[in-house]
Amino acid sequence: MFNKILIANRGEIACRVIKTARKMGISTVAIYSDADKQALHVEMADEAIHIGPPPANQSYIVIDKVMDAIKQSGAQAVHPGYGFLSENASFAEALADAGVAFVGPPKGAIEKMGDKITSKKIAQEAGVSTVPGYMGLIEDAEDAVKISNEVGYPVMIKASAGGGGKGMRIAWNDDEAREGFQSSKNEAANSFGDDRIFIEKFVTQPRHIEIQVLCDSHGNGIYLGERECSIQRRNQKVVEEAPSPFLDEATRKAMGEQSVALAKAVGYASAGTVEFIVDGNKNFYFLEMNTRLQVEHPVTELITGVDLVEQMIRIASGEPLSITQDDVTLTGWAIENRLYAEDPYRGFLPSIGRLTRYRPPAEVAAGPMLANGTWHGDAPEGKTAVRNDTGVYDGGEISMYYDPMIAKLCTWGPDRASAIEAMRVALDSFEVEGIGHNLPFVSAVMDHPIFIDGAMTTAFIEEQYPEGFQGVELPEADLRRIAASAAAMHRVAEIRRTRVSGRMDNHERKVGTEWVVSLQGQSFEVSIAADQQGSTVTFADGKAHRVASDWTPGDQLAKLDVDGDPLVLKVGKVSGGFRLRSRGADLTVHVRTPRQAELAALMPEKVAPDTSKLLLCPMPGLIVKVDVEVGDEVQEGQALCTVEAMKMENILRAEKKGVVSKINASAGDSLAVDDVIMEFE
Amino acid sequence: MKDILTELEDRRNDARLGGGQRRIDAQHARGKLTARERIELLLDEDSFEEFDMFVAHRCVDFGMENQKHAGDGVITGWGTINGRMVYVFSQDFTVFGGSLSETHAQKICKIQDMAIQNGAPIIGLNDSGGARIQEGVDSLAGYAEVFQRNIMASGVVPQISVIMGPCAGGAVYSPAMTDFIFMVKDTSYMFVTGPDVVKTVTNEVVTAEELGGASTHTKKSSVADGAFENDVEALAEVRRLVDFLPLNNREKPPVRPFFDEPGRIENSLDTIVPENPNTPYDMKELIAKVADEGDFYEIQKDYAKNIITGFIRLEGQTVGVVANQPMVLAGCLDIDSSRKAARFVRFCDCFEIPIMTLVDVPGFLPGTSQEYGGVIKHGAKLLFAYGEATVPKVTVITRKAYGGAYDVMASKHLRGDFNYAWPTAEIAVMGAKGATEIIHRADLGDADKIAAHAADYEARFANPFVAAERGFIDEVIMPHSTRRRVSRAFASLRNKQLKNPWKKHDNIPL
Repeated sequence: MFNKILIANRGEIACRVIKTARKMGISTVAIYSDADKQALHVEMADEAIHIGPPPANQSYIVIDKVMDAIKQSGAQAVHPGYGFLSENASFAEALADAGVAFVGPPKGAIEKMGDKITSKKIAQEAGVSTVPGYMGLIEDAEDAVKISNEVGYPVMIKASAGGGGKGMRIAWNDDEAREGFQSSKNEAANSFGDDRIFIEKFVTQPRHIEIQVLCDSHGNGIYLGERECSIQRRNQKVVEEAPSPFLDEATRKAMGEQSVALAKAVGYASAGTVEFIVDGNKNFYFLEMNTRLQVEHPVTELITGVDLVEQMIRIASGEPLSITQDDVTLTGWAIENRLYAEDPYRGFLPSIGRLTRYRPPAEVAAGPMLANGTWHGDAPEGKTAVRNDTGVYDGGEISMYYDPMIAKLCTWGPDRASAIEAMRVALDSFEVEGIGHNLPFVSAVMDHPIFIDGAMTTAFIEEQYPEGFQGVELPEADLRRIAASAAAMHRVAEIRRTRVSGRMDNHERKVGTEWVVSLQGQSFEVSIAADQQGSTVTFADGKAHRVASDWTPGDQLAKLDVDGDPLVLKVGKVSGGFRLRSRGADLTVHVRTPRQAELAALMPEKVAPDTSKLLLCPMPGLIVKVDVEVGDEVQEGQALCTVEAMKMENILRAEKKGVVSKINASAGDSLAVDDVIMEFE
Repeated sequence: MKDILTELEDRRNDARLGGGQRRIDAQHARGKLTARERIELLLDEDSFEEFDMFVAHRCVDFGMENQKHAGDGVITGWGTINGRMVYVFSQDFTVFGGSLSETHAQKICKIQDMAIQNGAPIIGLNDSGGARIQEGVDSLAGYAEVFQRNIMASGVVPQISVIMGPCAGGAVYSPAMTDFIFMVKDTSYMFVTGPDVVKTVTNEVVTAEELGGASTHTKKSSVADGAFENDVEALAEVRRLVDFLPLNNREKPPVRPFFDEPGRIENSLDTIVPENPNTPYDMKELIAKVADEGDFYEIQKDYAKNIITGFIRLEGQTVGVVANQPMVLAGCLDIDSSRKAARFVRFCDCFEIPIMTLVDVPGFLPGTSQEYGGVIKHGAKLLFAYGEATVPKVTVITRKAYGGAYDVMASKHLRGDFNYAWPTAEIAVMGAKGATEIIHRADLGDADKIAAHAADYEARFANPFVAAERGFIDEVIMPHSTRRRVSRAFASLRNKQLKNPWKKHDNIPL
């Protein structure tokens, strides 16, 4: 076994690998760019080596710099994580030349699986089910029409080098095929500098399901079940789970065996993932093979108890697999939500900056990982598990230079429903402030009937949130639970207020029992009877909730028990009320006496003033940079320009969505307060 | 006998109706509450005790003798806010437009006198068209009587004005002399001369809202200390403010039970100061993380945002906060921020409220507009205010403390009790570049040499230790322990006694 391993990555995955290495008694070396000096992975590793400026193409993916760091540290092996150099054959080769072990597959396997057309050919030869289509290159539009007819509509026209939805078109008839071919080709040439196009069957009701394989260098290979990753936004996975709620045992076995066959066909030796597209009739077709550790690997670990990173390291050191296919059992259910610093209310625009508050839910160990002794850390044992893979900390930074991922929050439960419920509570307890993030959005997905039924396809987000995410409207039952809790909390806060010093003796204020709670456009009249254990909150219609909590004023997280069920609320202040967040909803809640409520009802509704169509300079200063051009469509919160004043750079952001119609200033201009910098349509 | 009792009830009911149901409805239609409804929201339930309910005016001109309303357009009395006594007057717009008559003024004066005598704050809810024109000079005399009592009450009991409708002409000067003015957005305005007169005299065309609305006074003129969406919110926030304030200058600020560990460690503060000295950060984050329960009552939040003023509690006890805000103009001092902070410091000192100062200041804002505007005298106000203040003063320098601004911001030399600095502090006469260019003028032509000198200067002076070696900084503290250190510092100062030499009053550069 190795004594020292270098992790050629950053963020959560670097931290994840360090944890396993530490458990195995291997010392760890982190690499870091200027932007990551204070990053968590640097702090966690035994040593850390600086490798250059912030942009990844000047640091993390510069092979020479990484090789220097390896040499300097004397590491015997390198774990590449995912992204960066993880699927870079030249890097694998450089390592081989230097006599350093690559914790990943052989160079040949990376190369063979790296190209979409080649990999599909190999898959076919290995007996893997592939999407019907034409594997060769297509000459012109008429050729495309002919092939489309052979494959049968609908067809997908795709760029060979494509990815991220670029250079991809769906055609339902000859005209669309002709047009789609041309536009795909142009887009591919522009985006990838490679205009090779192929055509395949377009799969309806598609689901993204992938198989985790593990192969050693002694010819052994197994599969560790599947992961369902259908909930994606622009081909970026958001929610993953294992197992898939869709597969049956026979399909799982067929997919697993074909995946192992494919891995063996390319001499694979490491952890790898074979991605399939599965249609509504459980027909599955090979998509591609990822020759690295996947982001979503924790869900497989949680249901199998296998530490995939440990297995990768053992395989890289030449050990044979210690588990056989028969040893692999899938127990319970695991779900992963990827928390991104992307603001769901602003078109998922990346929201970088300081995490003024970062308090993930406490980890809880349960399930196969605990049973197999592969759980990291000192989490207490529970019935359901919570695991949070992260690379940031309270007061840390989400940098503009890298993937805006904050954390991967996973839960495990004995069945799917309990895993989902554990996830809801974990999300409600996850405090992230200072930047915009998708926590409300994934919370909403956890409560979406299609997700709960397990009936999602890869079009889920597009179809269910066509206008983007507008927040969550809670059903009345949930509102009542929250209203009852707010009333109880308000009463506690009000009683404390009456305990201030300097009161008139014998004429103290008495806090009443009747309250009106207004939230989400509704008002509930309630009456509170409090005792030592909690409060009984009775609504006007006679229904009552029992609320127990140790919340005290100022707590930003209220952990309540409402009628025996947990309710976790994030508590903030707004003028005269609470801001309560739960289950993806963001509520302004007012608790008033009946008389206060009556008078408040007389107050006019104020229409938000028309935010001006001008961007005004807020201070005298120098324009350093203008980030947009005339005609650009900007999202709310998008950076428009930077003004330097008193040597400080201030970024001015769009207050709302709009199109830039005129720009009056350019870099270098000196402006006074209220000078118009740009105008919007 | 019963009839007599009934008559009292009838008279009370009549008085409670003010100018009548029609006018009450009109008041509601404008989005405003009535004078009595406002008192209900301001005070604890059923705590209001009214004075002079049946006072009526004595005017006999212009047919006024036939129009009388019990109370004469203002409701006065006392009650409690969370059990603590306050005096209140609330002008009734439904009675002669809330205009001020001789008797109306007398009612206000009565509670002013009582408040001073009995040591309780005065809260005025202003909603008045101005002087009662029919009464002529009697009305003017009434205003002046109120003004005189505002002046006498100043520094004795806190005075809070809430502008909840018109407040024009001479009427503005009573609120102007109180400690805090709050306004209600869209339904209140204040000006000395209205849009019509402005047009006649200067030819400027301006709306009442532009001339004296909440936005104008909170953002441009700094006349008002805050603005709220509506009457309900405004009155709830005034209650919240009163919870921070002592009842009078003979009493210590209030203490209230708290649920926040004074020794709470905030690791996130260790990274709040960015690596690049030219990158701003939000000082309000630090304030919130130091304060009990993150509760901060900001004063003048929309004006001179380069300095932050407001109240927090530490271990339940009120503390005034003054902090430079690096997010705005790099947190520099200028005319507006100096005036804003000086007035706040003096308020705190009047009422024995300890002051915490958070410093990240690159200096005074340069420029002709500042010099022509008299930044010398305005900056001196803040210096003066800090220097004369005898309340406990705890200062934390987080980053820059350059030049004269270092002296001004509650430095050790101005009788600071505890002067802390974070390891990121740079206490120096000026930034490295500026200093180098003066000290090494001979090398100005040689960029490399200047850069080397600047680096030397930075290494030698851009830290808290030079000042700490001299005792100007009592201790260099870890950012994460700021709350603990500051809480303990104030705790140790609870019995502080310090007196300035006797004087009639000082002569602050007004």
